[in-house]
Amino acid sequence: MRTLLTVFRKEVLDNVRDRRTLASALIMGPLFGPLLFAFVINLSIERSLDDAERVIELPVIGQEYAPNLLRYLESRNIDVVEGPADRDAALDAVSTGTHDVVVVIPPEFGEQFTEAVPARVEVIADQSNSQAGRQARRVRGALHAYSSELASIRLSARGISPLVLRPLNIDDVDVSTPSGRSAILLGMMSYFFIFALLMGGMYLAIDTTAGERERGSLEPLLALPVTRNQLLFGKIAATCVFMALSLCLSLGSFFVALKFMPLDELGMTPNFGPLTVAAAFLVLSPFILLGAAVMTLVASFTKSYREAQTWLSVVLLAPTLPILIVSILTLRPRLEFMFVPSLSQHLLLIDMVKNEPLDPLHVAISAGSTLLLGALLTWVCARLYRREGLLG
Amino acid sequence: MIRVEGIHKSFGKVHAVRGVSFDAPDGKITGLLGPNGAGKSTTLRVLYTVLKPDEGRALIDGADVVTQSLDARRRIGALPHGAGLYPHLTARENVAYYARLCGIEPSAIDERVEDIIRLLEIGDFADRRTKGFSQGQRTKVALARSLVHDPQNIILDEPSNGLDVMATRSLRDLILKLKDAGRCVLFSSHVMQEVAALCDDICIIANGRVAIDDSADGIRERTGCDDLEDAFVEAIRMVEPA
Repeated sequence: MRTLLTVFRKEVLDNVRDRRTLASALIMGPLFGPLLFAFVINLSIERSLDDAERVIELPVIGQEYAPNLLRYLESRNIDVVEGPADRDAALDAVSTGTHDVVVVIPPEFGEQFTEAVPARVEVIADQSNSQAGRQARRVRGALHAYSSELASIRLSARGISPLVLRPLNIDDVDVSTPSGRSAILLGMMSYFFIFALLMGGMYLAIDTTAGERERGSLEPLLALPVTRNQLLFGKIAATCVFMALSLCLSLGSFFVALKFMPLDELGMTPNFGPLTVAAAFLVLSPFILLGAAVMTLVASFTKSYREAQTWLSVVLLAPTLPILIVSILTLRPRLEFMFVPSLSQHLLLIDMVKNEPLDPLHVAISAGSTLLLGALLTWVCARLYRREGLLG
Repeated sequence: MIRVEGIHKSFGKVHAVRGVSFDAPDGKITGLLGPNGAGKSTTLRVLYTVLKPDEGRALIDGADVVTQSLDARRRIGALPHGAGLYPHLTARENVAYYARLCGIEPSAIDERVEDIIRLLEIGDFADRRTKGFSQGQRTKVALARSLVHDPQNIILDEPSNGLDVMATRSLRDLILKLKDAGRCVLFSSHVMQEVAALCDDICIIANGRVAIDDSADGIRERTGCDDLEDAFVEAIRMVEPA
């Protein structure tokens, strides 16, 4: 036990002194995720908010043929401006990106309009450009609204109730709660936590085998009167501590970042107070041992530090797989899922954010299966640490 | 003392060591001499227990390196070839880490580390981080580290590799000091002159076998060559496959 502690203390000291590694482990992982997340959410909120009320400029060709239509567009925050010379110039301007959307009103518009046959209006836009697509949707929406308004007026003029055009009256009843809605957006955060957790211990995990070997310090270490298990367990313990630290930091940074996200404007209030943060740590903590064991195990097969880094970046992505599969297939949480590490933590975390009570059985299975797998892989690591091939 | 009895070791199809036997007694310096790839490092690695022999056995003060490997390691101070230090720790911390791992009483560690720093004359840079140390400084610290538990048997794999004249000389002085203290020193080299200048016994290994195991004079006599280098070449020829 004393040997194990000695190894543990040395690994911690060594890692703390390596500033660049420490910075990447404890700043990159925990801060990068939430910051990126906050940035993306802020951006999308701002976009969705101001798109509806922002005034857009719309070049229209043939303005003289439909003055009423133009007035209607103005009332919907669409500023009509002078368009290109003709239809061909408009097609050109849209495909080169000079204009996002151009509306063409043909000369026969007035005639068709008075004869009450469908009057043609062209909306020219590049559908592959998402910004232009949004603008085109708004223009089209305004045109549709104008169209149905006119339809009602024409029906009324012929003595028919405009209600015949609405055989159905569809009413949406949304039972989701503000914290439930936030789970859609915050569902991905569980992966950020696992990512940060793994990042925190990555360099130590590499150092346990590939790093020590590359530096030439493994062989003298193994020639000392200590068992290899003591060395390995000490190193894995140190890896776990850095992973736990990294997880704490990332939970904390997320907690702070959420305060700066205008989620309530999207009708979301995530349940992510200090108590949830603490509970999230407890739910995620069994993953620490598993993460440390998997990373140490993968690194032990590699020949060099560089190779280990390459392989471990793959390991960083592995926990997304079960989460991704379940969300693509939109499966409801089931008891069996609690046996899958990373997925079970993800599902439990979502329940917490939704402010739904956790099933103690689910928590127990999640923690138990993850810990068991972690212990099993640690044992495999210990077996591998004893083989001669370790020296490379 | 170190006793090696008929060690064999293969890596896949490569039969690196084919029945090496020799004794390295206490109070003497034994040199393991041979060309590159002769099996010197593999033999030494078996002795400091990081490799297991396929056949034969080796005893360190009577402790079998396979069945009593922890006991054997307690009696060995090993300096593997190209031994590396922890660059973020100071020289003193590197040595102290090994002292703790070797189970030296916590209260005695500082004193012991100080002693070994004085013995190896590394006090000038003992409190600097080892990143950027010269090869000579690194070797000295690595040596200090492997001697910190005061082992009876010292195994050095090509310790003079990459050292300049001054560093080689102080290494030689240290080895002689260890011999005078009654230790068993076993080191490998591919440099004939170095081995001849220092060793009481020379064991020439080539092609995984012992070609000759004798004193410098004995080797000259048995090969019929006056010049040691010629004797070395002659001895190697004796075990080369025809």
